[in-house]
Amino acid sequence: MSTLKYLLQKEFRQIFRNPTILRMILIVPVVQLIILPLAADFEIKNINISIVDNDRSVVAHDLIEEIKSSGYFKLVNYTHDYQVAFSDIESDETDIVLEIPDGLESDLIREQKGSLFIAVNAINGTKAYVGGAYLTRIITGFNQDIRAELNPGNNGASIGVAVINWFNPLLNYQFFMVPGILVVLVTMVAGYMTALNIVKEKEVGTIEQINVTPIRKTHFILGKLIPFWVLGVFVFTLGMFVVARIIYGIVPLGSVFLLYGYLALYLVAILGVGLLISTYSNTQQQAMSLSFFMMMIFILMSGLFTSIESMPRWAQWIAALNPVTYFVQVMRMIVMKGSEFEHITRHFVIMAGFAFVFNVWAIINYKKTS
Amino acid sequence: MNSQKMISTRDLTKTFGDFVAVNNITFDVRQGEIFGFLGANGAGKTTAMRMLCGLSIPTSGEATIAGYDVYKETEKIKQNIGYMSQKFSLYEDLTVAENIRFFGGIYGLKNGEIKARSRELINALDLNDQKDLLVGSLPLGWKQKLAFSVAIFHHPKLVFLDEPTGGVDPVTRRQFWDMINQASEDGITIFVTTHYMDEAEYCDRISMMVDGYIRALDSPAQLKKQYNAESMDEVFYELARGAKRTE
Repeated sequence: MSTLKYLLQKEFRQIFRNPTILRMILIVPVVQLIILPLAADFEIKNINISIVDNDRSVVAHDLIEEIKSSGYFKLVNYTHDYQVAFSDIESDETDIVLEIPDGLESDLIREQKGSLFIAVNAINGTKAYVGGAYLTRIITGFNQDIRAELNPGNNGASIGVAVINWFNPLLNYQFFMVPGILVVLVTMVAGYMTALNIVKEKEVGTIEQINVTPIRKTHFILGKLIPFWVLGVFVFTLGMFVVARIIYGIVPLGSVFLLYGYLALYLVAILGVGLLISTYSNTQQQAMSLSFFMMMIFILMSGLFTSIESMPRWAQWIAALNPVTYFVQVMRMIVMKGSEFEHITRHFVIMAGFAFVFNVWAIINYKKTS
Repeated sequence: MNSQKMISTRDLTKTFGDFVAVNNITFDVRQGEIFGFLGANGAGKTTAMRMLCGLSIPTSGEATIAGYDVYKETEKIKQNIGYMSQKFSLYEDLTVAENIRFFGGIYGLKNGEIKARSRELINALDLNDQKDLLVGSLPLGWKQKLAFSVAIFHHPKLVFLDEPTGGVDPVTRRQFWDMINQASEDGITIFVTTHYMDEAEYCDRISMMVDGYIRALDSPAQLKKQYNAESMDEVFYELARGAKRTE
């Protein structure tokens, strides 16, 4: 055990002497947590709309006012010619074209029905989809108002739906994103840095010197993992209790103890991944490329930005084999819902499995002799 | 086991695929000897040395180091040897004192022992003013002397030196060999590779590797006589010019 003491002493000295590592654990998390959640906002605003008004009636005018006052749309062009509006789509100046046909108002009055035409620029699928949905909702609301106005006596029965948004009543997107982004930061710090650190010893040649000593493999590996485990916990604490609290006012609803319990286990799994990457790389460049590849998959397939339920089945399998997925879920559950241990028992078991597999694989693959 | 033999190999071979890096080498190194392990680049010296250090498992043949088997007892071998690789392998981002302390610690020396020996070593190398400087900031000659001292810090029975004086100035090389002689007098067996033929002259015995084989093995004086040469340079040239492998 005293060997381990010397190894840890050496690692911590080297870490605190390395300005890049210090910057990475202090500045990067703070900056990323400030910038990313603001940018990675899925709420769609400023949808550009061009309106082709062939009717020029009071009804058409009211509808346009309704759309403009909704706050989601920006009227870029008001015209009487569909071709003009279509060229706005071609030049990407507008996202949606709403065409109001000639005689909308008279049709409504005489035949009790009217029709509108919506054309959507689907280059940006999300914006187009959400914009189309917003517009349809506004028109539906407008439609009900008109019916009430035209047939005051015959209001008919209608179903009213009241919605309550549990756990994030204001639908604040940042409450959802910040805990998830924190997971990514912890993953990057722990995974990348472990891999690079070990490979650096290979590249410089110091690992040869270590390999001719009687150091045990497990001691050497523990000496590498423990410092980065500590750094991971530090970065998490900084992100959760300084940045997230001060800037976004996020306070975990659930048990902090449970949160750290899961973090502790998660870090062991991710450090195992870093160690595994290092056993397959001989240079820092190889380790960087390999880690980058892994991180891309880990992050994009984790349900952080996109919902796993709406992925195709094969992609859901990849997400299920991704440790980041589980920590993102656990973070959101504990921080936003205040979930208890019994709700995340399955997550604990799965993460323990990941930790075991990655570390055992890495230890087997790490050889002192060739 | 014969306590006189620090290294003993029989038909030791290492192949990488079709390539035979080390081909049936058989030799002994006696305790206390300074053994020069010579050969052109690519002759297989480093591969042979890595097998003897327990860094690489031989493909076939036998070898014992300090009486321990290179297949089964690599960890025991490691406890008893020192190794200084071709690449400088102390930690450049640790200070002189921290490097000494670290390597002393991982060989299992007691804290008090480490402190006493460090003081002695720093005095002997005259590094008192530099002991808190990062090793990376030292000139190469000092680094090499320090690396050698660290390699024998735990008082091994045998030390392997892989081209220890590469790129070092003549004065420092001279001082380096004084250190090697001192260690030898203290009872440490020295196994050294070099490309400097004047250094070969300092060895008790030398072996010459060509294309994975050991082509000659004797004292420098005997070899010169055998090849009717005036200097080790000529002996080396005579043996190495037939080599097919070059890098």
